[in-house]
Amino acid sequence: MTAGVPGGLPAGGAMRVMGSETEYGIHAPSAPGANATMMSARVIQAYAQVTRQRAAGGAETRWDYTDEEPLHDARGWTLERSRAEPEQLTDQPPVLDAEAVALAYGRQELEADGEDESGTLLMNMVLGNGARLYVDHAHPEYSSPEVTNPRDAVAWDAAGDLVALAAVRRLAADPDLPPINLYKNNTDNKSVSYGSHENYLMPRSVPFGDIVRGLTPFFVTRQVICGAGRVGMKQDGSRPGYQISQRADFFETEVGLETTIRRPIINTRDEPHATADKYRRLHVIIGDANLSQASNYLKFGSTAMVLSLIEAGLAPKIEVHEPVAALQAVSHDTTLTATLRLLDGRRITALDLQWIYFEAAAKHAQDTGVADAVDGDGHTHGVLERWSATLTQLGSDRAAAASSVEWLAKLSLLDGYRERDGLDWGHARLGLVDLQWADIRPEKGLYYRLLARDRMQRLVDDAAIQRAVTEPPSDTRAFFRGRCVSRFGADVVGASWDSVIFDVPGRGRLQRVPTREPLRGTEALTGGLFARHREAGPFLSELLGLPPGS
Amino acid sequence: MAGQEQQQPQSRDTEVDEDVPAAPPAPAEGQASAATQGVDDLLDEIDGVLESNAEEFVRAFVQKGGQ
Repeated sequence: MTAGVPGGLPAGGAMRVMGSETEYGIHAPSAPGANATMMSARVIQAYAQVTRQRAAGGAETRWDYTDEEPLHDARGWTLERSRAEPEQLTDQPPVLDAEAVALAYGRQELEADGEDESGTLLMNMVLGNGARLYVDHAHPEYSSPEVTNPRDAVAWDAAGDLVALAAVRRLAADPDLPPINLYKNNTDNKSVSYGSHENYLMPRSVPFGDIVRGLTPFFVTRQVICGAGRVGMKQDGSRPGYQISQRADFFETEVGLETTIRRPIINTRDEPHATADKYRRLHVIIGDANLSQASNYLKFGSTAMVLSLIEAGLAPKIEVHEPVAALQAVSHDTTLTATLRLLDGRRITALDLQWIYFEAAAKHAQDTGVADAVDGDGHTHGVLERWSATLTQLGSDRAAAASSVEWLAKLSLLDGYRERDGLDWGHARLGLVDLQWADIRPEKGLYYRLLARDRMQRLVDDAAIQRAVTEPPSDTRAFFRGRCVSRFGADVVGASWDSVIFDVPGRGRLQRVPTREPLRGTEALTGGLFARHREAGPFLSELLGLPPGS
Repeated sequence: MAGQEQQQPQSRDTEVDEDVPAAPPAPAEGQASAATQGVDDLLDEIDGVLESNAEEFVRAFVQKGGQ
């Protein structure tokens, strides 16, 4: 791919700057009632210890908060801080007081390992693969590095699960701490949900209203190809049953800024983390966390293609009656036969609606040439092929779809238990199967047990996912960020999506390197620079065009 | 996806004509017993992996709010 060339990626298909965020469910069975923020901090801490072993000088770096703007609304205004929910203030570092820290850590360990130079507990890391690992309220969260295509989105999202696994293993090996389990799911079935978000870079010139109109019908129905499945209905799971989506019952409005209350189908948070007059970062909060690689791939690939349709003004002209109710109706209908009412009076199924989007996306991609199997962009063809095959299977061969579509794979396992043991949906064992499906340990996680038996499809091989734990993507600015952290970790005092901050010994002040163009800082553009310099000082001098030693 | 790369993604109508095997949605009788055996093996394995005391374990999984 020539994706590293500034000026853009091939337009019209599935290529786009994108990334994922996963908040893991966290649970210490032997320490019920343990503080979730403390446990999450332990997870980050444990991974810091893992990376310290891996890289002399430490591969962890503090997060730089100066460009976080969580209250900027894409509709054109900024929420007053006093009116914001505490959870919306994501631009402030979380603070742990001394008592809380002492509860979570032995004093000795804290002094040996748990504090950085300024005496604060490490709650936030930038990883050598370009990702961010941090405590988000009461969950550990992995935010993947920016990638340019859905296949890489799957690889670097799955790498996050291995990062989380390494932390879990480290904690399990410590006899002084209770073992901590992490779950890649989105609800505890007791009215709490936590997110798995996607981010897509878009030109700012696309009117936000077009995005809302074009995406809403797609998001109401996208769950049929990438929902993760859930045992339990309603937010608190009190009504027995099985539904397609982990998240659907937690959405209450169509458009909005919040992500923790009154969750909207379209989220308007407008933090581009890039040149703000050129780009917007579309923050998608409606998806389920996916372990199934095929579901994750389709989630990113189909959405990227629908955004290409919207940018070209070619989104299907469809309006769904009462989208929030429709979203939940789709999730609750595992037969896929219920119909949605459109504002023009038609009634169509969720699959029909997905086919309408598929056909529009396929036509646009073929018209722009990116869908060609040989001369296309190398990604769009694969997305279209899998998208159409999945929709076809969902309509006529559900058994075949169970090796790729996550909610069907889980349902098939649950049906096995229901038949063998005569269980109804309210039985605790089915709830446990749902929960343990998402345990990230391969020996305990039921998704991984199916994967080991080749009952789930692999799109990215294990070696590539393992590489993505330490290697950044080559074709975005994540390459620069990740390499700076792993090469010059001792001299990097902070990093964020759009900057890396150096504190080089002998220099009077901090040096902040802005990285506001997501498709610069690639291996093609900066690989030579990293090859020429082993030390941060001369590296920075050449990068910034300074006289040597300045 | 390997091995299928020369095949153009199909729109809905042609897909139904060309790609969907004539098999009924449910597995045929002969396939069913093999499939059932596979499911039984799988369930046996998972029985050994599931946390003990399902009810207590599920009840104790309580999360604080998230995004």
